[in-house]
Amino acid sequence: MSEINKEFHWQCPFPVSKYPIITLAHGGGGKMTADLIDSIFRPAFSNNSLEEQHDGAVVRLPSGRLAFTTDSYVVNPLFFPGGDIGKLAVTGTVNDLLMCGAVPKYLSCGFILEEGLPTETLIRVVESMKDAAKFLNVELITGDTKVVEKGKGDGIYINSSGVGIMEHDLAIEPRSIKPGDKILLSGDIGRHGIAVLSEREGLKFHSPIVSDCAGLSGPVHALLESGIEIHCLRDLTRGGLGTALVELAETSKLAFHLDEAAVHVCDEVRGACEMLGLDPLYVANEGRFVAVVPEHQAEKALSILRSQHLSAMATILGSVRQIYSSRGCVAIKSHFGSERLIDKISGEQLPRIC
Amino acid sequence: MKYVDEFRDPNRAKRIVADIRKIVTRSWSIMEVCGGQTHSILRFGIDQLLPPEIELLHGPGCPVCVTPIEIIDRAIEIAKRENVILCSFGDMLRVPGSREDLLSAKAQGADVRILYSPLDALTIAKSNPDREVVFFAVGFETTAPANAMAVFQAKQLNLSNFSILVSQVLVPPAIEAILSSSQNRVQGFLAAGHVCTIMGYREYEPIAVKYKVPIVVTGFEPIDILQGIYLCLRQLEGGKYQVENQYSRSVRPDGNLTAMNMIEEIFEITQKNWRGIGEIPQSGLSLRNGYCDFDADLKFPSQTIPLEKNLSPCMSGVILQGIKKPHECPEFGKSCTPEYPLGATMVSSEGACAAYYRYRPHEPNGGELR
Repeated sequence: MSEINKEFHWQCPFPVSKYPIITLAHGGGGKMTADLIDSIFRPAFSNNSLEEQHDGAVVRLPSGRLAFTTDSYVVNPLFFPGGDIGKLAVTGTVNDLLMCGAVPKYLSCGFILEEGLPTETLIRVVESMKDAAKFLNVELITGDTKVVEKGKGDGIYINSSGVGIMEHDLAIEPRSIKPGDKILLSGDIGRHGIAVLSEREGLKFHSPIVSDCAGLSGPVHALLESGIEIHCLRDLTRGGLGTALVELAETSKLAFHLDEAAVHVCDEVRGACEMLGLDPLYVANEGRFVAVVPEHQAEKALSILRSQHLSAMATILGSVRQIYSSRGCVAIKSHFGSERLIDKISGEQLPRIC
Repeated sequence: MKYVDEFRDPNRAKRIVADIRKIVTRSWSIMEVCGGQTHSILRFGIDQLLPPEIELLHGPGCPVCVTPIEIIDRAIEIAKRENVILCSFGDMLRVPGSREDLLSAKAQGADVRILYSPLDALTIAKSNPDREVVFFAVGFETTAPANAMAVFQAKQLNLSNFSILVSQVLVPPAIEAILSSSQNRVQGFLAAGHVCTIMGYREYEPIAVKYKVPIVVTGFEPIDILQGIYLCLRQLEGGKYQVENQYSRSVRPDGNLTAMNMIEEIFEITQKNWRGIGEIPQSGLSLRNGYCDFDADLKFPSQTIPLEKNLSPCMSGVILQGIKKPHECPEFGKSCTPEYPLGATMVSSEGACAAYYRYRPHEPNGGELR
């Protein structure tokens, strides 16, 4: 009897706030949600708007044009060589604003977390977002967190929207592309897709392929500040260089003529593509873009891009011509002098049998 | 990149093209057997470099394209069973069955997984002992050894939850079927280098003699294909018909004996239905009796009601035999596109229609860009 008394002590079922994993309660909107915000998100993204703890953020902007974009991030695996879903969620949205010719300013961020996600994983992702936002000089000023049941998500999904300010009068859009323009490519292609694929499928290469995932503020601002009259910008994402160019050609109803010799693919990516039966033109990138500029400024734009770390391997990829057809097209001249058309990829590139 | 760039050297290509121009005196039709070669020809524009006398016909060597529709239906039906994980090479997923494709079955909840090797399916079977793992074993002689090895290992490991759905086909009987057709236009062949890497080329010698047709075992890079065409043309112009080996850096006359023994151990030769072409005697492989426990077709008795005759306007059969070119099909680029394919030749990256659509989208009546 005395033994039992010794062991007995009062226990109170207080909610435990320091969970090693995310639970449904973290998305309930109560104290657990507040704990998550206070312990992870607020310290990471600390700024005046977040400190207001309001339903939304109120910011003062100069008058003029705004750029606004949104994107969702569902990459699997969450971490890959050269980046993670958090870095991607910041750089991807920032890049979309940059492609409009805007100076990115503010981001929102919606997290959809899967029940059971290690809190440590969330902290790593948030830290990575914090670093990327700081580096790219953008503030994350409003956000949301939801938790879905285990099996209903894939660890973390992130949606981020962004606002940027237009500090010039250029119309940087597909409609501005003109016959005679030159198309510049900012670097080698295919790194992100192969880095993610090799991580996901457990493919091992002699030298690991690192994603090109990066915010493109440096090269884009350098072009804008030097007075290049940019006609259009487009970052190369899921569908790769091929799809991005076909989209631009179709929207502008013009013919793009490319030179295959100007498309650089590093040996590791080429090797992986050869082995897996993939075409690098359609492999994803997260830190490359094309710029369409007037012919007389092409050389200057090229040297500006080459002076920037992220676009040091830039090339003049081709030129724009008139087409007498209802829709645009993209043709690429091979090393052999023959020319073939490039089309958008249909669905995902599937690995070949033999 | 080593072992690739030297076979894509434009200057070397120019020299071979000049040699081809030098010896050609009349029109010739040469068929490349393998879809991988077709893909290279269109991707690098090799046909554009050739003199007009040489016409390239695209052969049946695309495993995805020739897999019969009823086997696709079987794969879908098996994939939809509660306890099954169906594993497949990627490009089978979008090949239309009579009602749907594997990708749609996956979207409806079937556990369909894309693998790079059948041996990965064994690993899945080992780690999921309560589920049935089926590998969709499709392909020519190139995929047969690995598929055979998977079955061989499964038997050694006593893995009772692993099986394969077999649709293996063989190249030489298909070449014979084309040559013996009354519509045949093929005067010389570029045989598939990878198939011959496994099987060697002894089987082709009697075919070359019987049909008086040169057969050149050829690789897949532009220089390989141009050299293959040159060697084939030299025989045609000289009135010869032998088997020659352009792809000697990979192919030995007797093939890869270890791989051939593995095929022999697991599979036996059988009659086979080819999609769009029909039955070809002795042109397929099926599991030997000793391995019938691993035959998914027997393990999962068919529940499908036989379908009505397929009324698709797809003419892939005549395309796979080199009788017509993809852009001569009235549906090409219209009702048949890679997004909404009417036939398998529009799906696989090795399919002739997909290659034409991708690299050279023409109006069906020829000439102009879309």
